[in-house]
Amino acid sequence: MSPVVTVTDLTKRYRGVTALDRVSFSLTENRIYGLLGRNGAGKTTLMQILTAQNFATSGEVTVFGEQPYENERVLSRTSFIKESQTYPSMGVHHVLRAASLVHPGWDDEFAQQLTDDFRLPLRRNVRKLSRGMLSSLGIIIGLASRAPLTFFDEPYLGLDAVARQIFYDRLLADYTEHPRTVVLSTHLIDEVSELIEHVLLIDAGRLLLDAEAETLRGQVLTVSGPTAAVDEFTRTGAELHRTRLGGTARATVRGDFGPADHDRARTLGLMLEASSLQDTVVRLTTARTGSAPAGAEATSKEKFR
Amino acid sequence: MEDGRPIFLQIAELLENSILDGTLAEEEQVPSTNELAAFHRINPATAAKGVHKLVDDGTLYKKRGIGMFVSSGARAKLRGRRRDEFARQYVQPLLTEARKLGIDPAELKHMIDTWEEIR
Repeated sequence: MSPVVTVTDLTKRYRGVTALDRVSFSLTENRIYGLLGRNGAGKTTLMQILTAQNFATSGEVTVFGEQPYENERVLSRTSFIKESQTYPSMGVHHVLRAASLVHPGWDDEFAQQLTDDFRLPLRRNVRKLSRGMLSSLGIIIGLASRAPLTFFDEPYLGLDAVARQIFYDRLLADYTEHPRTVVLSTHLIDEVSELIEHVLLIDAGRLLLDAEAETLRGQVLTVSGPTAAVDEFTRTGAELHRTRLGGTARATVRGDFGPADHDRARTLGLMLEASSLQDTVVRLTTARTGSAPAGAEATSKEKFR
Repeated sequence: MEDGRPIFLQIAELLENSILDGTLAEEEQVPSTNELAAFHRINPATAAKGVHKLVDDGTLYKKRGIGMFVSSGARAKLRGRRRDEFARQYVQPLLTEARKLGIDPAELKHMIDTWEEIR
């Protein structure tokens, strides 16, 4: 299967700030990817470059085997739903009509059904929509466009839990019927952890993790108990975090753990908990930030904001 | 789904449980990958992986163009395998906890023998 996206040594600098630092990965066709990372990690910049809305400083990007800039063949097959999309002053139905013109795969009936699901008033001017309604509109466009490559960049500002669940359910159902490549960038990791097949984790412009979600599950464990026993157990993995209370310690470790390790923890008298994807991401990105010296990069990035 | 264990294994186990308790009879059709994905709200590829695990070990078989079915004899085979796992999953932790509390094996055995009466 040929990759839909290939990124090789991609670097993006803004006035001395490195937003992306030699990032390389590829996206396989018809998978749902989770693009995760803290605010300012470089996720949006990456998606902007992949959708020709920003320029790389150096490195190679191909989308559907071609470079994306001013490339109609690529861009007509791509949909990018941004966190705070603004629309010209017009009715919701006109926005949907405009979106249908630029996306060859657009499904009008599906858009109509989604509009009902999200209870979006079709005749209202977009300027009069609430923040949550605007997010719904973005989601409707992203889903109904059925673009072979769809990016959702934190698409649900102001959306309530019910609407978010509708989004996940419709995404999953429609993806099943019409497989396509979806990149979902979000901070609500717990909510999407079972929808995504593959995880890309970016931290301070670097790709920290490029792994199957299923492989990650069970790789990060938290063990607690007597310090000596914890020390014994953590010898087999990379320790990400540790807290102490008297003679008791709790450590988060990453490794290729299996049933034998669970038995080992039990024999050592340790409590063992598996990390959720969200905990794993928090630990991995905190570990990096914590260990990194307060260097020039972090300082200049603060100034930039 | 619970954290920390691959979801495809949990899907495979759920199907196994349905076969063990008779909810899914032998030669009966198994829910499709898409149905499983929608019901459990998981990625369809993950659901497919769980189903394929059971096809690979002979618990399920594929009827071309129709779907997946429970193999004949699957129930007995699963029961045998689960019995083997029983010691590791239940007996070992029981012994470990008992040792921690100073319950010796004879006392533990007595507890098991008389448990139904105590209740």
